[in-house]
Amino acid sequence: MMLRIKRVPTVVSNYQKDEAEEGARRVEGCGRNCLNQCCIPGAKLPLYAFKKRNVNNGDTGVPGHDKREPPVAFLDSLLLGEWEDRMQRGLFRYDVTACETKVIPGQYGFIAQLNEGRHLKKRPTEFRVDKVLQPFDSSKFNFTKVGQEEVLFRFEASEDGEVHFFPSAPIDVENSPSVVAINVSPIEYGHVLLIPRIFERLPQRIDRESFLLALHMAAEAGSPYFRLGYNSLGAFATINHLHFQAYYLAVTFPIEKAPTKKISTLNAEVKVSELLNYPVRGLVFEGGNTLEDLSYTVSDACICLQENNVPYNVLISDCGKRIFLLPQCYAEKQALGEVSAEVLDTQVNPAVWEISGHMVLKRKKDYDEASDENAWKLLAEVSLSEERFQEVNALIFEHIASGNNENENLPEDPEVKPRSHEEVDATINKSSHAAMVGETQECIVLQ
Amino acid sequence: MESELGLIEQSFISRYSLWVQEALGELPDSFTITDPWISGHPIVFASKEFLKMSGYSKNEVVGRNGRVFQGPGTCRRSVMEVREAIRDERAVQVNLLNYRKDGTPFWMLFHMCPVFGKEDGRVVHFVGVQVPISRKPRRAGGRNGVGLCEEGSRMSEIVYGSCRKEVCFDSLVDLGRVLSLESALDDADSRGFNIEESCEASDVEKTRAATAIDNILSVLTHYSELTGRLVCGKRCNLCGKVSSFLKIADDCTFCLLRYDCVAFRTDSHLPDMPIVYASDAFFKLTGYARHEVLGCNCRFLSGADTDPSMIYRIKESIQNETACTVRILNYRKDKSSFWNLLHISPIRNASGKIAYFVGVQMEEGCKNQVENGLSPEMRQLSAVGAVRIAVRSLTMGAGSSKS
Repeated sequence: MMLRIKRVPTVVSNYQKDEAEEGARRVEGCGRNCLNQCCIPGAKLPLYAFKKRNVNNGDTGVPGHDKREPPVAFLDSLLLGEWEDRMQRGLFRYDVTACETKVIPGQYGFIAQLNEGRHLKKRPTEFRVDKVLQPFDSSKFNFTKVGQEEVLFRFEASEDGEVHFFPSAPIDVENSPSVVAINVSPIEYGHVLLIPRIFERLPQRIDRESFLLALHMAAEAGSPYFRLGYNSLGAFATINHLHFQAYYLAVTFPIEKAPTKKISTLNAEVKVSELLNYPVRGLVFEGGNTLEDLSYTVSDACICLQENNVPYNVLISDCGKRIFLLPQCYAEKQALGEVSAEVLDTQVNPAVWEISGHMVLKRKKDYDEASDENAWKLLAEVSLSEERFQEVNALIFEHIASGNNENENLPEDPEVKPRSHEEVDATINKSSHAAMVGETQECIVLQ
Repeated sequence: MESELGLIEQSFISRYSLWVQEALGELPDSFTITDPWISGHPIVFASKEFLKMSGYSKNEVVGRNGRVFQGPGTCRRSVMEVREAIRDERAVQVNLLNYRKDGTPFWMLFHMCPVFGKEDGRVVHFVGVQVPISRKPRRAGGRNGVGLCEEGSRMSEIVYGSCRKEVCFDSLVDLGRVLSLESALDDADSRGFNIEESCEASDVEKTRAATAIDNILSVLTHYSELTGRLVCGKRCNLCGKVSSFLKIADDCTFCLLRYDCVAFRTDSHLPDMPIVYASDAFFKLTGYARHEVLGCNCRFLSGADTDPSMIYRIKESIQNETACTVRILNYRKDKSSFWNLLHISPIRNASGKIAYFVGVQMEEGCKNQVENGLSPEMRQLSAVGAVRIAVRSLTMGAGSSKS
């Protein structure tokens, strides 16, 4: 059986057309300065090369430990400056700072934003939500199709271990550059996409190397209000080309305020806790002797989830020192018709930002009526049940404990090999999925 | 008595360092600062102008509660409004009738706001500004105020001067916000006072009160950095970190101007746009001190050889609410001139309305601007971005007690 939902995909690039139009537009030497072979020779971009950190600077209390930091807030300045430049050049579909926003009174202070422009002018598209891993499909929109003006800079590890900045470096396709591009439908100021090794055309799937890159970006930006997020397929990612999102919002997110309970300390002092008293159940990872320790533990947990076909979201918060991992089941429930009409009506897609407490609302009515209670109601639909959450946790810990989940430091096998849904169900054999087994008809939900 | 005064001194100095008194002393406004944590909620600081207006000496005022300035004619409802604002820990602006030491009454606009400690978000003080209300028939205020605005930076002196005779002040102190990002005019509009007051503050007076609050908060914020016990005018424990956004930008030379689009649309002359925040680099470049700049219009940077057509272009872009970059000859405090590559851009608050303009200055040919490889233009733009984020976040009303 196949589960699908229909939703309006987010337009992240000005070169992203409805799929039907896409085919017709692709012409050799397209002349629109894209990132494909036709236009890339001779193209240049700023390059920010970060220093690989051996020690997790998480405890920034330790002063001066090999911390040559000339570019204080340098990535910050670069990103903000480039983003403002694109804003003044009019590359965004709307001025996000003109979107009304407020903190909803309540224990956690959920943040509501009224964004009526984000979902306009785009037809609803069907998304398959029951497969977390799907192969890359080059016929669909991917980030090599964006215009060069939408790309802000390259973000890569430095080769000599020092921070470098080159205002204009050639784009060498062979060297697997990772880039930061604007999202033309921003949900806050500075909304960008980090696309690891863009030309390798990786599907939306976490691997150790890419996740470490994302963590480095959070650490380099060095602002607690610049967070990165990840949505797996089936958890509201709309583009199956590996990417992380990030933006600035100088407010503490509700999920960051929620209390936690420590579950366990893993190898290399990585601490794992469980969120308490928060509408969505999830795990919090922090600590670790090095940034890599923390990164590998979380990416292994993500790999476990995706291999077991559990949709999930990740929030990288506090400059990369705290990472929230949130398995979710909203899209699946939606496809099965199990989400209440009241919640569905809001057309809110609970991706990583919404789950973290930043609610982007499409209707004025929902914005005006936004309340703590409504936020909890929506997010409660996203969360796994306690029973299912514990099952998933068990899977994660087993996976991490077994170690060597991935060949260390080797690029992983580019081939996608998701387990089939049936396989997963057989493995997990848990109740909440049982309803789906054996059904053959497709459930399509119109949003 | 001795110990209580010690407590008062401590309340103030431990938070803002010894030097704050001097800095506050340089502000021209009439204001008081109170500490709600000391029994009786006493005044812990009173400005010179306040003492002058009220006729009391410092020792007669510090340690006492503001209610001593009220009298038989003081409207109880207004007093209650203030009391409620203190209880709710929010800002308030009311017209109040107060009494001098010699028993003569005077009308003033009382604007009060809380000051929050960043470490725990708790209220640490209240700041109250007292702006004398000039005697005019009700409702005459608005137009008149705009007229005064045309005088530009001279405005405050004029208003101030005319008020000297009927000095007023008041009991409570007011607040401010760190950057005082909420527009005073917005506040004034939303606070409908529909009372049988014989005296009503004009928009100019309201703006003036709000500007004074901004300036005081700015001083308090600045000096709290010296002690590490940071304060801010918004109740949100993130303020400390929010200002870190501006720290990024503090390497850049910029100032933030309050903007009121309604005033711009209804008046063919440009109303004043007071500076509500300026970066340290701004003071370094221009040679002015914080208190000399806050509340003023940027035109003090212009001088004899400044090209009027550039000023016109700036006005035009403000009127059109668009960004622009000009090369303009500016003057420092010491009269020396420099070529300023000025970028200005409208800044929206959390409601999506243009509430400020940011002006990012860059001295042409200044070498130390290229240090880390980012072009000066890029650094200007990043300052604009940082200001956008800070303003948006600070005006979101995090944790506001008003639901």
